[in-house]
Amino acid sequence: MALVIDDVSVIYPAANGRPPVEALSKIDLTIGPGDFVVALGASGCGKSTLLNLIAGFLAPSSGSLTLDGSPIDGPGADRSVVFQKHALLPWLNVLDNVAFGLKLQGISQQNRKAIAEKFIGLLGLSGFEQSPVYALSGGMQQRVGIARALTCEPKVLLMDEPLGALDALTREKAQELILKIWDDTRKSMFFITHSVEEALFMGTHLVVMSPRPGRIAHRFDLPFSRRYLAGETARALKASPDFIRIREEVLSIIFADEEAA
Amino acid sequence: MSDQVSEKAPGDTAPPRTGFGAGISRLTRGKPTQPGETYGVPGSGDTLVLSLFTIALLIFVWWLITEMELVKPLFVPSPQSIVQKFISVWQNGFTGTPLWEHIAISAARVFGAFLLACAIGVPLGLAMGMSPMMRGIFDPPIEFYRPIPPLAYLPLMIIWFGIGEVSKVLLIFLSVFAPVALGAKAGVRSAAIEQIHAAYSFGASRWQVMRYIILPSALPEILTAMRIGIGFGWTTLVAAEMVAATSGIGYMVLSASQFLQTSTVIMGIVVIAAIAYTFDLLMRFIERKVVPWKGKM
Repeated sequence: MALVIDDVSVIYPAANGRPPVEALSKIDLTIGPGDFVVALGASGCGKSTLLNLIAGFLAPSSGSLTLDGSPIDGPGADRSVVFQKHALLPWLNVLDNVAFGLKLQGISQQNRKAIAEKFIGLLGLSGFEQSPVYALSGGMQQRVGIARALTCEPKVLLMDEPLGALDALTREKAQELILKIWDDTRKSMFFITHSVEEALFMGTHLVVMSPRPGRIAHRFDLPFSRRYLAGETARALKASPDFIRIREEVLSIIFADEEAA
Repeated sequence: MSDQVSEKAPGDTAPPRTGFGAGISRLTRGKPTQPGETYGVPGSGDTLVLSLFTIALLIFVWWLITEMELVKPLFVPSPQSIVQKFISVWQNGFTGTPLWEHIAISAARVFGAFLLACAIGVPLGLAMGMSPMMRGIFDPPIEFYRPIPPLAYLPLMIIWFGIGEVSKVLLIFLSVFAPVALGAKAGVRSAAIEQIHAAYSFGASRWQVMRYIILPSALPEILTAMRIGIGFGWTTLVAAEMVAATSGIGYMVLSASQFLQTSTVIMGIVVIAAIAYTFDLLMRFIERKVVPWKGKM
């Protein structure tokens, strides 16, 4: 599995007398098998545009995107998306929400239930299968959203600030949960966040993006998520000197962008 | 007084709020809610008791006016005489037709037109919401006739479709059709773009997005539009039965008014209101059963 983004630019056309906007400029990025790629940057740096490109919602103005060699041409189940607003379907219960992607693919009801149950268990939602989703807490709704995306067995899971709306404690738990699922399922991940700590803790590869035009300004290879899965605790990792050193480095890049804006 | 328990910082010179000002602020301040309710929801609370009180008061004032003979019974018959009229028409019929038959024929006209309008209006409205071509074709005629009062095009209906059932049902149909179709059209916009994108990213086809995302999200608005539509239907009933009808509640009201049988007029109005209100209660019940998630996400 490899998702290759090759020299991709996105230019939004001129509108209302404003000049054209270059949302993304000459992006090169490869997401390899089992990679956890995190995109981090100030608002307006094109993170979400990049995710929309990979998801197939948006066509690049120039350059190419390929998944296992074939060009990305529209959305598909090999690239499921988890949104910040969970985007669940309130008329379905937890089980049916999780099994929704399978239903779309025409999988029989028994198989749907079996597969969905597996991911419901994986995300710690057992016992809530029949609950209406609007009765769940924000953290649980987001877990339903992740379970739902995972049941489609995507080659790469795209997450657009999935934890942005959660409180700090729930968020840290969710980070650890996502890492464990990543370890269990060996999926490739593309993860967007505003939080520097979250980015450093979760990613194997970090791309720091800068605005005007949106571009990848820095790349880091990170060891922390693997070290967490190897047994170190999240708190110890986040307090370790090398974590803090990279955090300061990334923060100074982002603050420089903010100052320039 | 409870609001003087405050521990004042030294130098705090604000005068204690006592007397009239404090009384007012206590009145205007919300009380904490009971456990299980949400504080500060605008307009929350049960209205049943007050509503029953209002109805009782109106009937009492009505009774009082007639009892004191302030107005002639020709203009305002007494509440008792309405009940008596109902019983006598129920037993003896009106112009030779039993009351239940008047009710049945009117209900058949209204509900027949309503079902027809829903069967055509809901799919057409959804299609208009989803396809610019359908919207381009059907928006002008619907928006053109929608604001016209049914009485204005009633003569045309009669010229084109005669004085039989067709023109009556068609008139009611037209009054229900526009709100239902436009409600369904607006309902298409109810789905959040994230819900639609998520479905596509799980491999949904356009058809599946319509079937599994857009249609269920539109349901609350379609049901609301149906409630509004049936309201228009009852409003148009009397107009539809103005011409060459020999039965129906609207016909009964109109012909009774020509003979100055005011109590029959009021009785007919109350019967129409009762049927319409019962149906609205039924629609609200269906709404709670079908879209319990309405407004929750």
